Amino acid sequence: MSSLQSLDITRRSATTTPSPQVRNTVDVAKLIDVSKCIGCKACQVACSEWNDLRDEIGFNVGVYDNPADLTAKSWTVMRFTEYVEQDGRLEWLIRKDGCMHCADPGCLKACPAPGAIVQYSNGIVDFVEEHCIGCGSCITGCPFNIPRIDKKDNKAYKCTLCSDRVAVGLEPACVKTCPTGAITFGSKEDMHVHAAERIVDLKERGYKTAGLYDPPGVGGTHVMYVLKHADKPEIYHGLPNDPSISPLVSVWKGALKPLALLAMGFTALFGFFHYVKVGPNDADADAADETHPDSSAGPR
Amino acid sequence: MEHDPRFPIQRYTDSERINHWIVAISFMLAALSGLALFHPALFWLSNLFGGGPWTRILHPFIGCVMAAAFLSMALRFWHVNRLQARDKQWLRQWRDVVGNREDKLPEVGKYNAGQKLIFWLMVICMVVLFVTGILFWRPWFADSFPIWVVRAATVLHAAAATFMIIGIIVHIYAAIWVKGSVRAMTRGTVSRRWAAKHHRAWLREKTGQ
Repeated sequence: MSSLQSLDITRRSATTTPSPQVRNTVDVAKLIDVSKCIGCKACQVACSEWNDLRDEIGFNVGVYDNPADLTAKSWTVMRFTEYVEQDGRLEWLIRKDGCMHCADPGCLKACPAPGAIVQYSNGIVDFVEEHCIGCGSCITGCPFNIPRIDKKDNKAYKCTLCSDRVAVGLEPACVKTCPTGAITFGSKEDMHVHAAERIVDLKERGYKTAGLYDPPGVGGTHVMYVLKHADKPEIYHGLPNDPSISPLVSVWKGALKPLALLAMGFTALFGFFHYVKVGPNDADADAADETHPDSSAGPR
Repeated sequence: MEHDPRFPIQRYTDSERINHWIVAISFMLAALSGLALFHPALFWLSNLFGGGPWTRILHPFIGCVMAAAFLSMALRFWHVNRLQARDKQWLRQWRDVVGNREDKLPEVGKYNAGQKLIFWLMVICMVVLFVTGILFWRPWFADSFPIWVVRAATVLHAAAATFMIIGIIVHIYAAIWVKGSVRAMTRGTVSRRWAAKHHRAWLREKTGQ
């Protein structure tokens, strides 16, 4: 996969030894300024065009969201929320949903197939579908409900952050196409600076709680939002407030894994040494000893 | 024949043995495929099943065969595995058990207290494995349940499987350790001496001796 330096893999699913760490590349990030988004869905179209994805034409379910949810062939979806503020004003919140590219990815942690999920040194989390076994553990591990399994090939898919474009110095397709400049891309550091400017601007314009969404519970993300109401991310179509990998997933993929194997190994080993020490429990040998008293004289 | 000391004693009927071995074979396959998906160090076991995707596809079906065969076996044997007062004394003397000082132990019926505990451990583990396995079986059922249910089911499935595998290691070791036991499940019979030493109350019940 990664013969390009820009796609050095630093973390690999179901791999217990470290991946190459030596080369230092810049962390990238995509910044989505929700306050600038007009909900035109050009990013959805650009995504499907660049990635050669043609999703089924679905049905209108009575809301602007189209398609109604992320699918194996729709890696990003505009989420529309009609939010009524305390003073009765209606606000239309539009959030571009898709993979957040966590620094500590729950999908990668949960995946049992070696190398099916990788994290490049630039921070992008990518699915390598030819290694995917279709078990859905990535869905179990993801704190953002992002991966989707295709019904035909049973492989998991999600936003790649256009890793192929980024690898050759281009910005992701959604960024390139966004007509309002709501989506920007660059080094994570630069995106922090840009976000800070935007937040100052929003605060001046009365959005007192404007802020950056870069949740520390998952080690920060390589897709970040500027939110007008950063104190209530959940109003943006359920964007989790303080997401982290579920403790159930951490136990399953953390302590349980080595402890269970150790317990099995020690049980077998204990059995072996028990046999070596006390020997078999043999009714017929006892009987033989009774018939030939001499043989019971020695140790047994 | 039961009363003639020259003949061995029937411990398991043909259908009981076939039932047991269907459970045993499906357990081995389910355990190996499950371990392949449980720990990266054991992912190579997926080669035994034709690769990762085939391991993922086959594992739950093998599990269903095991659960069905186990249900049939549990219905045959649950009543002889009810814990009794004398089992407590047997357990209290576990040092005599592992030290091959069986003559000091209280008389045992068809099963001793250790065998009974293994039986009930297997019943509990099998119920947990079956129910939780359905809950996160993809692509069929997992999408119908909330994510926290899927997560809880996954971790419980792994924990129950761990206990079951440990229980089966003990079960297999006990069969190797107590000579003459394996033949009970392969040929269906045990020697009179075996029965008298390990399951005297059962022998008496069977033969009136």
